[in-house]
Amino acid sequence: MNEPAAALEFLGTVELQIPSKPEWVAVARLAISGIANRLPFSVEDIDDLKLATAEACTTCIQSASGSESIDITCEVAPDSLQIRVRDHNFGGTRNDPPKPRSVTLSEGLGVFLIQSLMDHVEYNVDPHSGVELIMTKRVGV
Amino acid sequence: MDIKVQVRESDHDAYVVELGGEIDVYTSPKVKDAITELIDQGHYNLVINLEKVRYIDSTGLGVLIGGLKRVREHGGSVNLVCTNPQIKKIFDITGLVKIFGIYDDEQDAKKALT
Repeated sequence: MNEPAAALEFLGTVELQIPSKPEWVAVARLAISGIANRLPFSVEDIDDLKLATAEACTTCIQSASGSESIDITCEVAPDSLQIRVRDHNFGGTRNDPPKPRSVTLSEGLGVFLIQSLMDHVEYNVDPHSGVELIMTKRVGV
Repeated sequence: MDIKVQVRESDHDAYVVELGGEIDVYTSPKVKDAITELIDQGHYNLVINLEKVRYIDSTGLGVLIGGLKRVREHGGSVNLVCTNPQIKKIFDITGLVKIFGIYDDEQDAKKALT
C-alpha cells in the first residue's frame, strides 16, 4: 500500500530543557528514547540516538560555558529525527561582551561518536548565544 | 540511573573491577575513584568487567583510557570483559578495540594479563 502524502510531512516538535548538570543527562537519554520509539527505528538506532544526545549534552556541560541549562529540540518527521542541542554561553545582558570560551566541538571522543552514529551533524557557534549542535538520523539507513 | 562498583582480588595477581548499570558523565567519577584507588595501592593488573553495564559514553571510555595509561607506566595492563554488542560497537567505532584486550569471559581476561 502506498504511503499517503501526509505521512511524508512534518509530524511535530518536542522541546525539552534540562539543567546543565551531569545528573540530568540521563533524563535527556530517556526522553530521546521515548521520542525515537514513535518512529520505526531499530533498537540499535535508538541506542545510537540516546548516546549521541547524551554526548551533545555532556559536551555542553563540560564546555564550562557557564550556561545554566541545555535546550533539546526534536523535529520529528516520519522518516527521520532531527535533534538540536543548544547551550547558552551568556551570563549577562546582550550588551555585555561575550564570555571567552574554547570551542572544542571538533575534538574528543564524544564528538567523534556523534559524527559516527548520526547521519548528518552540523554546528552553529555564536559567541553570544552559545553553541548549537544539529544532528539527524534517518530511519532505515 | 545507577552505577555499581565492586572490587575484588583475584588470581593471576589481578584485581577485578565489576561494574553494573550506566556509566556516563554523572557516574563515571565513581568508576574513576575505584580504579585510581587500586592503582594508588600498587595494583597494576586490572580486569574491568562490563558484563552488567547497560550503557557507556565517552566519559566512561575516558576513565578506562586514563586507567590503562597509568597502569602501563608501571608495566601493568587493563583487560575488559564485554559481550554486549552495543557497548562493543562503541569500542569498535572509537578504535579502542586496538588498545584494550576485550574478552567474553573473565577467566580469559585474567589469564591474558600474565
